Amino acid sequence: MELINTVFIAKAIIVGIVFAITLGVAAYSTYFERKIAAFMQDRIGPDRAGPFGILQPLADAVKMFMKEDFIPANSNKWLFIAGPCLSMLTALMTSAVVPFGDTVTIGGATFDLQGIDVNIGILWVFGIVSLGVYGIMIGGWASNNKFALLGAIRAASQNISYELAMGMAIITILMITGSLSTKEIVEVQQNGHWNIFYQPLGFIIFIICAFAECNRTPFDLPECETELIGGYHTEYSSMKLGFYLFAEYINMFISGAVMATLYFGGYDYPGIDFVTQQFGSNVASFVGVGALIGKSLGFVFVFMWVRWTIPRFRYDQLMNLGWTGLIPLAMYNVVVTGFGILVGKPFMVSIAGLVLLIAALFVYDQLLVKKKIA
Amino acid sequence: MKLSNKTKVLEQGEMTLAERMYLPAIVGGMATTLKHFFSKPVTIRYPEQKRYLGPVYRGQHILKRDEAGAERCTACGLCAVACPAEAISMVAEERKAGEESLYREEKYAKVYEINMLRCIFCGLCEEACPKEAIFLRHDTMVPVFHQRDEVIWGKDKLVEKMDHRYLRDGWK
Ligand code: SF4
Ligand code: SF4
Repeated sequence: MELINTVFIAKAIIVGIVFAITLGVAAYSTYFERKIAAFMQDRIGPDRAGPFGILQPLADAVKMFMKEDFIPANSNKWLFIAGPCLSMLTALMTSAVVPFGDTVTIGGATFDLQGIDVNIGILWVFGIVSLGVYGIMIGGWASNNKFALLGAIRAASQNISYELAMGMAIITILMITGSLSTKEIVEVQQNGHWNIFYQPLGFIIFIICAFAECNRTPFDLPECETELIGGYHTEYSSMKLGFYLFAEYINMFISGAVMATLYFGGYDYPGIDFVTQQFGSNVASFVGVGALIGKSLGFVFVFMWVRWTIPRFRYDQLMNLGWTGLIPLAMYNVVVTGFGILVGKPFMVSIAGLVLLIAALFVYDQLLVKKKIA
Repeated sequence: MKLSNKTKVLEQGEMTLAERMYLPAIVGGMATTLKHFFSKPVTIRYPEQKRYLGPVYRGQHILKRDEAGAERCTACGLCAVACPAEAISMVAEERKAGEESLYREEKYAKVYEINMLRCIFCGLCEEACPKEAIFLRHDTMVPVFHQRDEVIWGKDKLVEKMDHRYLRDGWK
């Protein structure tokens, strides 16, 4: 009984901290998104609220809460409210299985720095991410607005298309690791055996799909202003809109964390043994937490960086890329990985696979594609 | 017919392999944005920082005095006629004996008013003036009004102060 109680309290604390970190990061992502956008366009960005505009998220929150919370007359009221709630819920739920750090030992008891270590961890992430599109679908449907519905339909078809390629990319990870548990996936990658070295192609596929799943530019067609006004959140105002936007930033952070977990060794960092010897394993674990969050924030930066670089895809281009580009590539990657495991040299084979792919594409290009007449 | 030899014919053929893979172009674009990320912002934080607008900027009006401190304006009304916004109005008066140090010409403007809400800062009054009396300063703007009675500027605000003379860049 005692033990269960301590474990429960420890878990509650960890969940609370993860929750707080996620929300804090999401809030400040809005600020850094504008700052980064500004810097990339040689501007300064928000700098009026507090020093360097650091209080901007607070000002935004106040603005969001003060706005009129409008529900259109002919909308389905309960679904209209359920949409953003579901988006937020699914966004927050994925962080449960991300292993934020190794174990820490406090007072003889050992704790995992992870919400829950379920043995289907990555499947959980995948399932919840697929659920995430329901928030958008329900919101878009309930708005009783053509543009919102179009946005929602786009979101749904886009997510389904890209989930396939994403799943295939994850399968290669599972083939290497032999486990679905995120914890084990990270443990296999310890001491610099990061999956990115064995799965460069898989990582490229995964990150492209992650962009699509988060509805970020260049795949932000569900909220494409030029065609759909605001997309699925056209009718939303006040904090309901805030929830949708917030969920997007949380998704970004979590997908950064998942990418770090799957491909960049999770909480592994160079010199972990040295830190363990000098300061004990607890300190090493906490530095590991910092490393994971750092990697996730790095990915968040990449998300923003890409957003302010690349324009939106056209919808047919998006579908074309997903179905005829990424899915065959992911299949090829599965085959190459399987071959690598069979031969017993996954690193060599993955590089060879990449080279072979580029060579094959080049030959195909030379033989079949019409050249422009000089 | 070719008007100039600068015409450039663009030929768009099939995309090359690298172009069709998107990724090289994306990486190139990201390098460009990253370069800008570290370059200096061009923003001028306006109310705190101001930039020099050049000697021909048309700001606040000023009625000049000559070197001796006499007002140059002779109330000829040419500026009022030239003004497209009909912002200028004046009342003329004959110079009395003993006022030679105050007014340069025999007739002067007793009242000279510019309605700053009407004025469009075109500078035609400055062009029209035969006596080089009115100028639009390049270094000062008309401040924002908060009250109606701040809108019409009389001689008290327009005439140049001798201890704070206006000198346009490039004069003298
Ligand atoms: S600047 Fe133009 S509008 Fe203003 S008073 Fe002079 S002539 Fe009139
Ligand atoms: S400012 Fe010049 S143009 Fe206008 S009334 Fe005086 S002298 Fe004439």
